[in-house]
This record gives sequence, C-alpha cells and structure tokens, in this order.
Amino acid sequence: MRGLADSRAYGADREGYYPGWVTTTSAEATLNEERIALLRADFPILAEQPGGVPLVYLDSGATSQQPRQVLEAEWAFRTQRNAAVHRGAHTLAALATDDYELARERIARFVGAKPTEISWAMNATDALNTVALSLAEANRAGATDPALRIREGDEILVTEAEHHANLLPWQRLADETGATLRWIEVDDDGVWTLEDALAAITERTRLVAIAHVSNVTGLIAPVEAIARAAHAVGALVVLDACQSVPHRPVDLHALGVDAAAFSSHKMLGPGGVGVLYLASALGAALPPARVGGSMITTVTMTERDYLPAPQRFEAGTQPVGAIVGLAAAVDYLEAVGMRAIERHEVALGERLAAGAAAIDGVRLVGPQPGSERAGLASVIVDGVHAHDVGQVLDAAGIAARVGHHCAQPLHRRLGVAATTRASTYLTTTEAEVDRFLDVLSSVRSYFGVVR
Amino acid sequence: MSAAPRDPLAGLYQELILEHAKRRSGEGVLEPADAERFLRNPTCGDEIRLRARLDGETVDAVGWEGQGCSISQASASVLAEDVPGLTAAGARSRIEALRELLRSRGSVEPDEALLGDAVAFAGVARFPMRVKCAMLAWVALEEALDELDAR
Repeated sequence: MRGLADSRAYGADREGYYPGWVTTTSAEATLNEERIALLRADFPILAEQPGGVPLVYLDSGATSQQPRQVLEAEWAFRTQRNAAVHRGAHTLAALATDDYELARERIARFVGAKPTEISWAMNATDALNTVALSLAEANRAGATDPALRIREGDEILVTEAEHHANLLPWQRLADETGATLRWIEVDDDGVWTLEDALAAITERTRLVAIAHVSNVTGLIAPVEAIARAAHAVGALVVLDACQSVPHRPVDLHALGVDAAAFSSHKMLGPGGVGVLYLASALGAALPPARVGGSMITTVTMTERDYLPAPQRFEAGTQPVGAIVGLAAAVDYLEAVGMRAIERHEVALGERLAAGAAAIDGVRLVGPQPGSERAGLASVIVDGVHAHDVGQVLDAAGIAARVGHHCAQPLHRRLGVAATTRASTYLTTTEAEVDRFLDVLSSVRSYFGVVR
Repeated sequence: MSAAPRDPLAGLYQELILEHAKRRSGEGVLEPADAERFLRNPTCGDEIRLRARLDGETVDAVGWEGQGCSISQASASVLAEDVPGLTAAGARSRIEALRELLRSRGSVEPDEALLGDAVAFAGVARFPMRVKCAMLAWVALEEALDELDAR
C-alpha cells in the first residue's frame, strides 16, 4: 500500500523508484495506539532485543531510529543513482543532482524556508560552527557589513542551558573578536523566561544564540519575541533547532531567525548530515568558513570568486545518499503529520513530567508539571548517580540517556554532574513512558537509599 | 548455555560494591601526601582527587575525594582499603590485572590472590560502558605512582 496523501512528497511523481512509502493516509489523524502500532512496524530496530528483553527506546533526543522507508530510499539512491552531483555531463550525474536538489527543496519546504537558504553540514554542531567561523572570518577581513561586525565591547548572548554545540562556537567567537559572552541565567529548575531574555538584550548585543527546545529541560523558547527584540538592536539570531524541527511544525521565516541548525539523525534520517539555514540576507553577506571544490565560480593561482549561498557553504563532496535519506525522513514525518506528532509528544512529555515529579526522591528538571514542555524529561534521583539509574533502566530494556547531555554549565547550576533523560518520539507509547516511570520508582530501593 | 539470571544487574552490583559505595573508605584529604592526581571521566562527569603516601617502597596510605556513580565510588573505597601495605610494584600489578580483567568482556578468569577485594568488580567486564567508572581511581593511583617515579 502506497497511499501517501501528500502529493508534494519527494519522489511521489516517480512511483516505483522508491520501494516503500508511509502506509498512513490521513496526515493529521491523532496518533492513537492502533496508528502507533502501524508506525512501529516501519522501524526494524524496535523489534530488536539488545539486552534480551523488549527494547523501550527513550533516547530519540540523542539519536532517532530510521524507518525502512528511509533505509530503502537511501538504498535505492545508492544502488540506482549514485554519482557526483553538480559536475559531469553523464545521465547518472544528472539524476543524482536531481535527487540532491529535490531533497534541498523538500527540507526547505518542511521548515518554511527557500531552497537557497538551506546548506548541508555534517550535523548541527558543524552547522553552528560554520556560522561562528564565517562570522570570525568576516571580522578578520574587517566586516564592512555592519550586520556582521562584532568588536570589543559588543555582546554575544546565549543561555546558561545551551548544549555545548551552541555555546563553544560563541565562546570562541567572543574570544576572537574581543566581544563579551553574556548569558541568560536559569533558575533552580534550569528554566529561564522571556523577561530574563529581554532584559539581557542591550544596545551592545550583536548576536543571540539559543535553543528552540532545550535538550535537557524540554523548555520551549519564545523565539519570535526574542528575535524581534534582537533585531530591534541590530543583533543576529541563531537558533539551535535540533530538538524542535524533528518534533513539531517549525516555520523559520515566521520565527524570524537569521540562522538555524538541525541534524538528520535526530529526525528519522541517517547520521552524517545536518542542515544549516541561513536567511537570504545573512547567506548573501557571510563569507564561507571552508573553501575548496564545488563552491567557486572562478579560480586563479592567487584569487577566487565564490558561488552564492547555499553552495558557498558546501565546500567539497556532500553525503548525497544520506541527504536523500533525510528527504525521505521528512516525507515520512509529513505523512504522519507534524501537528499530530507534536500533540502526541506533548502529551507524553506531560505524562513523564507528572509521573516523575510524583515519585519520592525524584527531582524533575525543567518546567514543572502543568507548564508547557516538549516530549522529554530529565530527572535527578536523590542519592543515586545517573549512571546507576541508567544501568537499572537498561536492565529493564529501557534505553534512556544519562550524563550531562553536553550541557555542563546547566548541570553545574542544577548542582549535579549528571541527569537521566527520557525522550520520546512518534513511535513512543504511553505504556513505554509508564514502564520508565515504574522502573525509575524502584531505583532508590535497589541501591538501598530507602528501605 | 545457562538461562539469563533473574536480576541481570546482580553480576555488576555485588553486595560488596554497594556496601563500599556507602562506606567510602579513605574519603578525605590525605595529609601529608607524596603525590596527588585529579582525574575526570568526561563522558559522565565522574571525578576523583586521589592522594598517596609512600613509606619507602610501600604504599602507606591513600585518600580520595570525588563524586560519581556507585561503581566509581566503591572502586575508590576498595582501593583505599586494600592498597596500603602493598609495594608500589605490587599496586601496579593489581592495577594491571584489574585493567586486563575489565577489558576482557568476561573472557579472563579473575585472580583473587592478585586482585584482593577488587575481584568484586569482575562483573563490570560484561558492561563495557562502566569499565572507565571502575578504573578511574586505579588509573589515578597509577598516574600518581608514575609521577613519583619520574621525580
């Protein structure tokens, strides 16, 4: 059955080329038990039992799993169309280029952007580094464009809750330009507010870098309001969209950010490819961080002219097979329906938060029950280290994430070295969340913290 | 093949380990000390500051401060109880034997005479993600001894 309702779908005009499509037809139908069971059948790994017990996969926030439609799309490309793109005159190269550029169009439409605003990166970390390195390069060259200028006395603003990927590039950019790195502080729960953010944006702010959804707390940032305030003082806004784009509808133009980054492997796609969004104006102004093949017009022994965005930011051969897989992942997500996925995960997030907060000796990080949060929750178990919590969960087949989740400053503020995080996705069931909560509630007695 | 154990964690969290994780023998700043080493496991944030005092060739005392999971804390506690009285060379043999055992994925039979109470960590070999936790204190001691040798 290939009943994909969405006629815009990538490859839908080439029936027979891609071997399988999403089996659901109603893109906004609620993700009920029956529908989730159908979706789960698309994910071969969910039937695996790595620890000898059924797998309860609650680590999609780190790496999501791939449905067979994505694996098959990648396989089909690699076995039928693989070739160098944008070079060579042979037919295979033209077919590969078609797929490659069609993928760009698919991803652009998925996030409300123009195809020319979408460049490939290795992952979101790489994409964020590209923005920071390009800005450093612009400032080394004197930054005639005032939008790119960052100098001593200027400020770069982040939050205390940022993933290292959205902190270190800005730390280093501040070091290189002489600007001051400032941050919006979080409270005891790891939460910050719009008021905190607005108070931190000043006439000296040149760039604001924040996560759309925190990978630890699940806090959803008020991006539009922050972007408006930042733009009012002439600052750029960079969005870490790793935990939002895979899980809820995101319209980057509507949010008004200048740059955004997200990773394929967190949205049902293959690893090794990420997406860098550069709003048209910034993409036109920014110099490339990396130079070489595929991004130039004319090269002499002493000079070079660059192509415009997006190719300007894509030096060298890109992972085309993975990019085709990512496009298939976007098809899959759209066929299921991003609103349906969002509703499903928000409900699971509330269930996780309420359940965890109700357990004696368990402290819920982030927005407390009743407050808006994404479909993930991190917890601290009094008297038990997160690694030990994770071990008990693992013995029950539950794959959760333990550690500092690449957010050491946030964990330092929370007063712990590590937390335990459960993150959900479209295939997660209420029963899996309940199983997690059930095992979580047994942890303290296992380690003899309570008798 | 034997059936899977009822508690898959039993091999890892031996009673002795859970006891030591609470007892935390040797916790505190050792004064005076001949060598000090600070180590951190970047993947989980576990850390230890270990100090050792030697009397000639013999390890006289070990003290440590740190935070981390039960495996890493119990391991430091066992070390602080067992190692004093060994020669530096004896301590090194124990560290090497423990490392070999833990990296073996279960293929090496533990030698209790060589390992002392550290034999309780044999089960860690089947949990490769936890080997670093169990080794943290021992690597800190090894590097402290290296530092003394280099003087």
